[in-house]
Amino acid sequence: MKYSSQAVAKPYFTFALILLAGEILFGLLMAIQYIYGDFLFPLIPFNVLRMVHTNLLIVLILFGFMGATYYLIPEEAERELWSPKLAIVTFWVFLVAGVATILGYLFVPYAQLTELTFNNLLPTMGREFLEQPLPTKVGIVIVVLSYLLNVVMTVLKGRKTVITTVLITGLLGLALFFLFAFYVPDNLIMDKFFWWFTVHLWVEATWELILGAILAFVLIKTTGVDREHIDKWLYLIIAMTMISGILGTGHHFFYMGAPEYWLWIGSISSAVEPLPFFLMILFAFTMTRERKIQHDNEIALTWAKGTAVMGFLGAGVWGFFHTLAPVNMFTHGTQLTAAHGHLSFYGAYIMIIFTIISYAMPILRGRPHGNCKKAQKRELTSFWMMNIGMLGLTLALSAAGIVQILDQRVGTELLGFMESQESIAGIYMVRAGFGLLVFSGLITYFTSFFIKEEA
Amino acid sequence: MTERITKSMAKNIYYGGGTFALLIFIALTFDTVHQIPERSNEVNMTESVVAGKALWEKNNCVGCHTLIGEGAYYAPELMNVFQRRGASDEVGFKMYMQGWMASQPLDIPNRRKMPQFNLTNEEVDNLSDFLIWTSKVNANEWPPTIEG
Repeated sequence: MKYSSQAVAKPYFTFALILLAGEILFGLLMAIQYIYGDFLFPLIPFNVLRMVHTNLLIVLILFGFMGATYYLIPEEAERELWSPKLAIVTFWVFLVAGVATILGYLFVPYAQLTELTFNNLLPTMGREFLEQPLPTKVGIVIVVLSYLLNVVMTVLKGRKTVITTVLITGLLGLALFFLFAFYVPDNLIMDKFFWWFTVHLWVEATWELILGAILAFVLIKTTGVDREHIDKWLYLIIAMTMISGILGTGHHFFYMGAPEYWLWIGSISSAVEPLPFFLMILFAFTMTRERKIQHDNEIALTWAKGTAVMGFLGAGVWGFFHTLAPVNMFTHGTQLTAAHGHLSFYGAYIMIIFTIISYAMPILRGRPHGNCKKAQKRELTSFWMMNIGMLGLTLALSAAGIVQILDQRVGTELLGFMESQESIAGIYMVRAGFGLLVFSGLITYFTSFFIKEEA
Repeated sequence: MTERITKSMAKNIYYGGGTFALLIFIALTFDTVHQIPERSNEVNMTESVVAGKALWEKNNCVGCHTLIGEGAYYAPELMNVFQRRGASDEVGFKMYMQGWMASQPLDIPNRRKMPQFNLTNEEVDNLSDFLIWTSKVNANEWPPTIEG
């Protein structure tokens, strides 16, 4: 490690991985409740399991982004972090707020939680993914602002690169669009419309900038390719992201009360959305082919290539399946959305976090050449277990979605929702099985950390 | 393909294209905000409808159900539950809702369970009003069938 302040990334990475284990565990519990409705009921009703599952995902990605930033910013800016102390304080504030929120979800009935946390002063709770109590939301704003301050101050005083500029643009967007989480109009349709400003413009615009910056950093380090060349690719990728992603928000406005023109605008723009992910594949594989150095940490590069491929499949291909308005008429609100959600979050965001951890963690642990061959081999096993598990799970959810559409939405003899779900029970078993494979893969990944270095 | 594109060209596509997309998006946002009141029949948004929305959020209903296609996929779509269970009759639907909410959770082994939320009769009526209002939103012909 070149700068001692990079070490603050370590607790962020560690905690992100712990949260990931929790996230997958709750996913498994949900998968079981999907089949056996009495499982854990009334102890933990489905909505609580889901809230924990999705909120852990969001928080772990934020922890991962922060760890990644604190690791790469000093190296890019060529100076120590502006305030390592602030980064550590922020870590603990975020950790305590996150854990308290999850415990609140699990041990306090949600309606009571809204009363205890002053939701009546400014109602923001009870909306998908933005279920957090007001104090947690305010906490997130404070944490993100202090994180942004730290990063901006470091870069202002140091070297400015394309990677730092793109990263900071992404972070500014992340902070800005989260503010829509505080705007809850009485009109449900207006509410839904602006809710997407946080949800879509995070995942399909600003977060992609952060993803691109992290990927570019790891590729520079592991391939030794000239920075000018990498920068050009990064610009191209994020250009396509912005052009398609911003107006692509329109694919959420087809059937929720917004005007008809979104049917066209959303369909056309989001048909282009797979392109930045396809460029990412070209980027990762071209840089690997043109590499100037043979880095001993081979697994980091494997994760980088995996991110591009799985991100393309999850966000690009599975997104495209249901993004055209006439198709979306039938797929809207079915398990196909869940299939796309699972593979895109995993492929793009969880895998980029694995990528940066795989590259940076050995260095933070005093192993500049990466982990030993045996540990890397174990990591590769976990890579395939998780990828195959996620692909299997996504295919199962897609099949469930298709059956659901045929049952409820096509033909004359329609089934009701609950009967249709019963007919899908077998597919949900397959889904749970692949989920278990993902969890086993994560445990295998964890064990790779404890393989002793060869003397 | 990428050999012919220089770094500064790529940079210009990013800033130019991004700004262009953002400006169109902002303009359309203004227009949409202008159109939503009419498309959603905001004039019929009574106090009871607003109270129903607050209850919908307070009890995290979206954690299991979808509403106009958004939410969780564990329980039925509720945008057209007024047509499906109430046959578009307001009095009948409200009676149905009182009975339905009071009988949760249903005692059927291994069926997915809806918790008992202990709402007052007035609160259940608020929820019904909210769902009736929602069922009349112009969502471009969605949902495709009565089963949602």
